[in-house]
Amino acid sequence: MLDLLWLVPAFPIFSFLAQVLAGSRLSAREQSLVGVGSVGASAALSLAIGTSFVAAPPADYHYSQVMWNWITIGKFSPSIGFHLDALSICMMVVVTVVGFLIHLYSVGYMSGDEGFSRFFAYMNLFVASMLTLVLADNLLLLYLGWEGVGLCSFLLIGFWYKEPENVKAATKAFLITRIGDTSMVIGLFLLFNSLGTLQIQDLIVHASQQWAIGSTAPALAAALLLGGAVGKSAQIPLQTWLPDAMAGPTPVSALIHAATMVTAGVYLIARMNALFILAPVVQSAVAIIGLVTLLLAGFSALTQTDIKRVLAYSTISQIGYMFLALGVGAWSAAIFHFVTHAFFKALLFLAAGSIILASGHEQNMFKLGGVRKQLPVTFWTFLIGAASLAALPLVTDGFYSKDMILWDVWSSPKGGVWLWVGGIIGAFLTSLYTFRMVFLTCFGAPMTPLTSHPKKSIRIPLITLAILSIIVGFIELPHNFGNVHLFSDFLELALPSFASSGANQHGELLLEFIAGLVCLAGIPICYLLYLKSPDYSDKLARSPLGSGLHDLWFSGWGFDLVYDKLIVMPFIWITDFNKADFMDSFYGFIATITQVFHRIFSVTQTGKLRQYVLGITFGAILILGILACL
Amino acid sequence: MTLIWLITIPLFAGIASWISARRSDLWPRWISLSALCLEMFIILFFWVDHTSQIASGKSSLWITSVNLPWIPQLGVGFRLSIDGLSLLMVALTAFLGIAAVLCSWTEIKDRVGFFHFNLMSCLAGIIGVFLAVDLFLFYFFWEVMLVPMYFLIGIWGHENRIYASVKFFIFTQAGGLLMLMAILSLYFVHGQITGAYTFNYFDLLGTSLPLWTSALLMLGFFAAFAVKLPAVPFHTWLPDAHTEAPTAGSVILAGLLLKTGAYGLIRFVLPLFPEAAHLVAPAVMLMGVIGIIYGALLAFAQTDLKRLVAYTSVSHLGFVLLGVFAFNEFALQGAVVQMICHGISTGALFMLVGMLQERMGTRDLTLMGGLWTSIPRISGVALFFGLASLGLPGLGNFVGEFLVLLGVYQVNPWMTVPAAFGLVLAVIYSLRMVGKAFYGSADEKRGIPDIWPREAWLMTVMILMILWLGLFPQTVLNTAQPALTAIRDRCGSAAHVTQNVIGGPGIGAYVQTSNDAKVMQGSLPNK
Repeated sequence: MLDLLWLVPAFPIFSFLAQVLAGSRLSAREQSLVGVGSVGASAALSLAIGTSFVAAPPADYHYSQVMWNWITIGKFSPSIGFHLDALSICMMVVVTVVGFLIHLYSVGYMSGDEGFSRFFAYMNLFVASMLTLVLADNLLLLYLGWEGVGLCSFLLIGFWYKEPENVKAATKAFLITRIGDTSMVIGLFLLFNSLGTLQIQDLIVHASQQWAIGSTAPALAAALLLGGAVGKSAQIPLQTWLPDAMAGPTPVSALIHAATMVTAGVYLIARMNALFILAPVVQSAVAIIGLVTLLLAGFSALTQTDIKRVLAYSTISQIGYMFLALGVGAWSAAIFHFVTHAFFKALLFLAAGSIILASGHEQNMFKLGGVRKQLPVTFWTFLIGAASLAALPLVTDGFYSKDMILWDVWSSPKGGVWLWVGGIIGAFLTSLYTFRMVFLTCFGAPMTPLTSHPKKSIRIPLITLAILSIIVGFIELPHNFGNVHLFSDFLELALPSFASSGANQHGELLLEFIAGLVCLAGIPICYLLYLKSPDYSDKLARSPLGSGLHDLWFSGWGFDLVYDKLIVMPFIWITDFNKADFMDSFYGFIATITQVFHRIFSVTQTGKLRQYVLGITFGAILILGILACL
Repeated sequence: MTLIWLITIPLFAGIASWISARRSDLWPRWISLSALCLEMFIILFFWVDHTSQIASGKSSLWITSVNLPWIPQLGVGFRLSIDGLSLLMVALTAFLGIAAVLCSWTEIKDRVGFFHFNLMSCLAGIIGVFLAVDLFLFYFFWEVMLVPMYFLIGIWGHENRIYASVKFFIFTQAGGLLMLMAILSLYFVHGQITGAYTFNYFDLLGTSLPLWTSALLMLGFFAAFAVKLPAVPFHTWLPDAHTEAPTAGSVILAGLLLKTGAYGLIRFVLPLFPEAAHLVAPAVMLMGVIGIIYGALLAFAQTDLKRLVAYTSVSHLGFVLLGVFAFNEFALQGAVVQMICHGISTGALFMLVGMLQERMGTRDLTLMGGLWTSIPRISGVALFFGLASLGLPGLGNFVGEFLVLLGVYQVNPWMTVPAAFGLVLAVIYSLRMVGKAFYGSADEKRGIPDIWPREAWLMTVMILMILWLGLFPQTVLNTAQPALTAIRDRCGSAAHVTQNVIGGPGIGAYVQTSNDAKVMQGSLPNK
């Protein structure tokens, strides 16, 4: 079974090639069959491989498969090869399953679009790149998947290329993530130069042998890799591309936010955990970046009017939680939150897409409403996703994974009270912006008529994801409540287990209670502010402080403005100023000088004998004079 | 004997094209095309035939040689020799030659015979440059490729062609003249020391020169190659020449002529003047880094699509310069892969610009936009080569750039960091090009035809080549490896020489023994 591993990324690649080469000759039905079927086959195969891995674990709990040698120069020999362990199985299954549901959904969502085949080609390539990323056995191949994901985000965000705004957003996404990637690639140079390999497993062994905890080299390497992770996972300061990435079709947003792309950074840090453990400073930086990001993005999400932008900021914020967990060494908790987030965020986007489709592409929440009555399936699934995002206690995925992170943050030697408090504030913000979104779109009177009802290909993914958003949480329950650790036990085959400090062991129940309360508190507040008496929220927004904060948060804390003024404008100004290349003027100058002399001397060629005689005479006198003087 | 054929086939085909043009315009096209296909076939056959010999490497570095007397009194011989590096370059020449003939199939309607004569003799000159192992002969071929290119730009070029062709000629000629002086000086110095006056590359390799003499002579060679490459600040002829040349001219300029500069650095500057090369290496690497960034900044600002592509060459060739002067195996291999991939991908981009110009009558980016709707296939191909140009992993250019940067990092990490920043700038100019020309909305659906079968086949082959180089580069790496290893060994490791140079009294005392020259010669097959 395991030797079929290569087929998991190969299926979507074949489908991509088929769409590119023969897409125009296939009917829409065949196109969707190939596009969805390939990812479905990958998903089925991933599940089978996962099952067989669990049933009959290979030696040392990992399995490697080398397809061919990529580049061999001396000791540098990365291959096109895959490495399967608990972590990559987990990522692979989530990517393919969620990817499959999103593909299925797209058949309905994108039907009739003139670029139908192109859409599936890009989506397939996206999934294939992400699978390459998570399965790669060396960092160079991982980088190939990493860049492939960036490329596909460009292609898909700019899918409706006729709008210049979309193209701009697409370029922004590729460019900003490329800045992070460049930092990462320098990290690869450093790692290879110091440790002589890019094979991930060898790197981890060599790093632990050659580097002491807290020395400079691992800190530098980890920081450079962190640069890449921050870019792809949209963390501060490279988070600005993600809200604009909403320009793509909604299934694309679902794919970017849930299964692929933004979780790549989380995966990279988890995969290279040994390196980060050797660099405690950088690991703390991961936690702080995560915390700051989750708070800033939470505030921004509170003020958005576009439903997809709320979800975008919520993704940034939730990835922030994962970074926070990684930063305190709660590796399994971070990946658990990734899994639950993949389900409920995909669900939220797909449900939002269903609303957008039904309302004739209205995305402003203040112009929507009444979804509850008119689109019951969409409403209930949306509500389940929202509850999970807000971590509604006991019944949702999101509660268990977020609670696990918060508890680990509290009890980790690298964590502490302040990080926990930040996390709780973030949880409160999450609850507020989530229920604000729910109340505005689903309740009240419908402002925009909702016409079309979701087709079957849209309903199936919604319902499946809704079920997953509830039941998956139960594979990992807290110590004092069920004490189930299926997920972390499995993951710890590949990741270090969480080491709590032991000091803060008490009061887990109290902390869970607070977390639950914070979430529940959001519901009445939002009900009051947005449904019962909207004047309050208007007044709040109109007060001087309120409006200032509102503008700041609405613009994503002004990062775009600052980057625009500090980097983009000067760049454009300088390049435009030097468009004609000032260096060329030097050569132009030489040419001009030559021409000047040419003119001067050609004046003397008059053809008049008298003047020549005069010239010769004066010249002779001059030379004789000089000679005489000497 | 094969080597002589490699040069004479295009030369005679060129003459035949010129003569046959009286009958019909189709004759020169078909003659040139078949000659180049034959050439390609010979090279591929030769390559496959000698794969094992190349791979074994050490025993016989040079696969085959020709050594005929030419002017024996002056020590000038008709000496050709081929190793893995030249083999790759000649194969690239034949391939891009075919591409150049095909892309001018409908573009060139005026004086078709003379056009093909110039094209083919230019190619013959380029192949000669890649094969010559006699400095006099090398200089001869260097000039042979220059003059036809001058005509190609000057006669079949665009609006500002005369200015561009004269500029091209003067720049190249000035560099070439300095190289000629250096060649002659080397000839005399070597003659005075050993008593044997010869232009033979292998004999000159062992010349022991005082460091400063060596540095001076090296600069002569470097001037010619740096102008050709082009290295900033000697690059300003390039955008004009590339922009004004007909498509085939741009393809050959970017794909091949620039490579002769890089080839010259690897083949002559490093082995002939190893210690001097080390002395200037930091400065030259800095030139490379500046080239990468400066070229990319200029590319971003252009609105003429062809000029934009031309400036990307400056940026990409900066990687080559950087890699060559890092003197390690990764960087040298990377430089060679980058040369090949840049030849193909930039050649393809120029051909795409040519297609657009042929269809729309303009190269102005601001007049384009929304082309994807009208010509999706051409747009898709352009997107592919735009991605190759920005170094997307999986495509050949990435392998080149990555290996260069990996190698440079081991020598000088501080050069790597700004050079890697060039990867970000490459995204900016490439995506700007795609975004402005092919994305966006068209006011009306332009009634222009999408890709023609002739173009489609050519582009398919080029795409496959870039993918092959990106995913299976090992064949190319293995072919170039023995040659590069010999050159690198001769140069010694950077650290070793730096020590000698910094060692003060050791300056000039560091002289390569003639043993190294023997290594370079390998066991030269006698023919």
